[in-house]
Amino acid sequence: MASVRGQMAAAPAEAASLHRAIFIGIAVFLAAAPFLLYPVFLMKVLCFALFACAFNLLLGYGGLLSFGHAAYLGTASYICAHTAKVWGVPPEVAILLGTASAAVLGLVFGSLAIRRQGIYFAMITLALAQMVFFFSLQAPFTGGEDGIQAVPRGRLFGLVDLSSDTTLYYVVATIFLAGVLFIYRIIHSPFGQVLKAIRDNEPRAISLGYATNRYKLVVFTLSATLAGLAGATKGIVFQLASLTDVHWTMSGEVVLMTLVGGMGTVFGPMVGAAVIVTMQNYLAHLGAWVTVIQGVIFVICVMLFREGIVGVLAKRLKRPL
Amino acid sequence: MFELLGIPPQALFGQLLLGLINGSFYAILSLGLAIIFGLLNIINFTHGAQYMMGAFVAWMLLNYAGIGYWWALLIAPLIVGATGIVIDRLFLARLRDLDHLYGLLLTFGLALIIQGLFRNQYGVSGLPYSIPPELAGGRNLGFMFLPNYRGWVVAASLAVCLATWFVIEKTRLGAYLRAATENPTLVQAFGINVPRLITLTYGFGVGLAALAGVLAAPIYSVNPNMGADLIIVVFAVVVIGGMGSILGSIVTGFGLGLIEGLTKVFYPEAAATVIFVVMVLVLLIKPAGLFGRAA
Amino acid sequence: MKTGRMLLATALVALFAGGAEAQVSVKLGVLNDRSGVYADLSGEGSVIAARMAAEDFKAEEKGIKVEIVSADHQNKPDIGSNIARQWYDQDGVDVILDVPTSSVALAVNQITREKNKIFINSGAAASDLTGKQCSPNTIHWTYDTWALANGTGGAMVKAGGDSWFFLTADYAFGHALERDTIAVVEKSGGKVLGTVRHPFPGSDFSSFLLQAQSSGAKVIGLANAGGDTINSIKQAAEFGITQAGQNLAGLLVFITDVHALGLQTAQGLVLTESFYWDLNDDTRAFAKRFAERNGGKMPTMVHAGVYAGTLHYLKAVEALKDKDPAKVMAKMKEMPTDDPLFGKGQVRADGRKVHDMYLFEVKKPEESKGPWDYYKLIATIPAAEAFRPLEEGECPLVKG
Repeated sequence: MASVRGQMAAAPAEAASLHRAIFIGIAVFLAAAPFLLYPVFLMKVLCFALFACAFNLLLGYGGLLSFGHAAYLGTASYICAHTAKVWGVPPEVAILLGTASAAVLGLVFGSLAIRRQGIYFAMITLALAQMVFFFSLQAPFTGGEDGIQAVPRGRLFGLVDLSSDTTLYYVVATIFLAGVLFIYRIIHSPFGQVLKAIRDNEPRAISLGYATNRYKLVVFTLSATLAGLAGATKGIVFQLASLTDVHWTMSGEVVLMTLVGGMGTVFGPMVGAAVIVTMQNYLAHLGAWVTVIQGVIFVICVMLFREGIVGVLAKRLKRPL
Repeated sequence: MFELLGIPPQALFGQLLLGLINGSFYAILSLGLAIIFGLLNIINFTHGAQYMMGAFVAWMLLNYAGIGYWWALLIAPLIVGATGIVIDRLFLARLRDLDHLYGLLLTFGLALIIQGLFRNQYGVSGLPYSIPPELAGGRNLGFMFLPNYRGWVVAASLAVCLATWFVIEKTRLGAYLRAATENPTLVQAFGINVPRLITLTYGFGVGLAALAGVLAAPIYSVNPNMGADLIIVVFAVVVIGGMGSILGSIVTGFGLGLIEGLTKVFYPEAAATVIFVVMVLVLLIKPAGLFGRAA
Repeated sequence: MKTGRMLLATALVALFAGGAEAQVSVKLGVLNDRSGVYADLSGEGSVIAARMAAEDFKAEEKGIKVEIVSADHQNKPDIGSNIARQWYDQDGVDVILDVPTSSVALAVNQITREKNKIFINSGAAASDLTGKQCSPNTIHWTYDTWALANGTGGAMVKAGGDSWFFLTADYAFGHALERDTIAVVEKSGGKVLGTVRHPFPGSDFSSFLLQAQSSGAKVIGLANAGGDTINSIKQAAEFGITQAGQNLAGLLVFITDVHALGLQTAQGLVLTESFYWDLNDDTRAFAKRFAERNGGKMPTMVHAGVYAGTLHYLKAVEALKDKDPAKVMAKMKEMPTDDPLFGKGQVRADGRKVHDMYLFEVKKPEESKGPWDYYKLIATIPAAEAFRPLEEGECPLVKG
């Protein structure tokens, strides 16, 4: 982890202008993309990219490995689906409610989990996520194995009809950009600096007078909230909320995406999510081989490419990415 | 005849005994995991896949080499343990100085690979492996009918767990191992080949997982997914017991079996989740686990 | 000059070859479990069945070009609905076939309705597909929970099994099967002594079987499927339950499950299916050709349903010379069905295909002449009684 964390301290202004250029590039690509690729596939990539970025906020910048992030993705997805379908609220309200529920869950679970460190912290997050899974399985409103199906896409703000894939795509792309820009601001703010200090050397941060537990709780909650945003959006896109979203293998997948893309980099998780989702999509006909390939990628990344794709790139360019 | 919450005592004892049998598997598996983590600081996510390999090797020995159950109990752990040694030499040895996280991710990736390969080869329906004839049948204990094989599982598991605990806590070899994990340089200065000791210990832990697999083969179906959902439960057991504590994982393993057995009587749907509730409670009250040393 | 003659020759060839019929191009997607618990009863076998149907129908000669694709939904509704969506939007698939696992089937049912395509389900059990969730775009072919409950439940009660205990998989399918069977048992005058829900999927059923044993019920109903059923049966034998006199009723059992269990363990099991390869000469002929292409494994009723459903669809397309979904669906409900596997039958207004159901008992090892010779026929349930009556389904297409 040290090699990843202690990365280049390039002049902040240079890095900032590089990042701005990259963000603009991403926005341009997103604007043009639905004419080149299948919009539903793109939306899937964007939702998972946001999920991975949210997770990376906690892991790469907060230094906290959570094994239970699926709980926030899934809970938000269920709440959003339920309110949109059964209560009939418009999609933006449904997404907000879903995100809010993930935030509350993150706050509660976070306050329980941060009392411990390292592997114990990870195990608590896993245990809490398993309880969310069990609840999702048993509670009647989640539909168990069927999930919540036939979620209406509705009309955004009562005006924009979201049943067209392309229209919905632009909404999702906007949500995604807003989310990652927000994460970027968090990382490059005084709060973010303290966070990195805590990650690198917690006792020293405490000795400097920072209430480290409060910082950790805040970043945990933020990470959970943004994961929830990704989950709620996904629910509207696919018009389905299912157990897959709360299963522990989903928590494992987001770790994989972040690892492959580059932990502790801004753009890494997006790249990682794109790679993994694309792979799952285009290799789907290989059936069980996809699991093997994912395993191989895990092993190769851990042994040889610990920095991830973007991390390696950043090292070459000697700029933080 | 009194009834406890609507359940007659006979039925309750029956369920507790069944719970104890399941606990035997948890105990052996968490013992292996606790050794690997407690002594080697490796979080071995491949443990579930290695348990599955033990069952498969037993099946293969029977179907391809005609080697029966009793020999398989010995040979399968050796074979799977050997693969464990290879994994340690090739991969884990290089990650020793890094964060635990990488060992965890690596073993998770290996678990995916192993499970995927077996699934491609053998499908998911499960392969039949019969109970050895010497252990077939059962006896009526009055409150329930106990198949002989299940009784054997409890006995074997207790024997293995106690023997392992004895070796690690009470013999010189165990002392070397415990010393080597606390201060490898000093122990190496005394002439003990520490890297080899660590590799062999990993192999031993893996062998324990495989042994559990062979024990499981006749009663649970031999299929590539048998370790997948079991592994996180076993992790929970190890964490509750105290990650470095051998005794803790044995006691917690059997204990969890009993708790699960009770849950199946009163609230069966929760049987798969009760362990996690217990884990959260334990971690909040006693963070190092029930028998663990300071966190 | 040479070019001119070439052109003339080509034109003449084009005129006389391939007939003067207009070509209709149909793309069929076989969506099922190719790597999980239901891979054996559906999987690649369903793709083979669909291909055989297109070939036997001689689709090419009749001016219908058939393309078949397949994918693995891994028993997950999100993956299944993703593939269905992509198939309909991007890949031009007209019909989705098979789809075992009720949760996925319900999701695909929904999407097919939205996109106005056709869904001919063979593998799933949910009777809601022709009930509350019925759709003008869906046909439910092979079986459903109501037919199974009626067959096995009704038969066992008539045979004297009037007290039941249920071991149920704790998910929608298990609950539905339990509910439908309890209704049949109570209607026939039987009693339900208790039910217990096991986590899905489960591996150790010993404690649940112990509860079933201590209830003293004459019949233990297994409201689960696949690996869960296999393990429940194996462990019941281990605990001496069947030896002690209680009967096991497998509410959803496929021939592939019996094959995995072996006759020694499975003997005496009573089950309901809509197809058995050894039933008559027609089924035997089909099975022989199927097994040659399927590595020697006999077809299950799910495979048979895919074959028959594809055949019926192609007949409708041929009759209309058009593949417009609304017209083809109406035609499929109008034409009675007739194929060598299910005999004569009918597709009802709610999308339910009705045909005879068969009650089988698993043979003892000494009664079997070889691999796959597993069933003896106990009773035939005629189509009119085998499925839930049209009025009771609460299907909106039928009301009024």
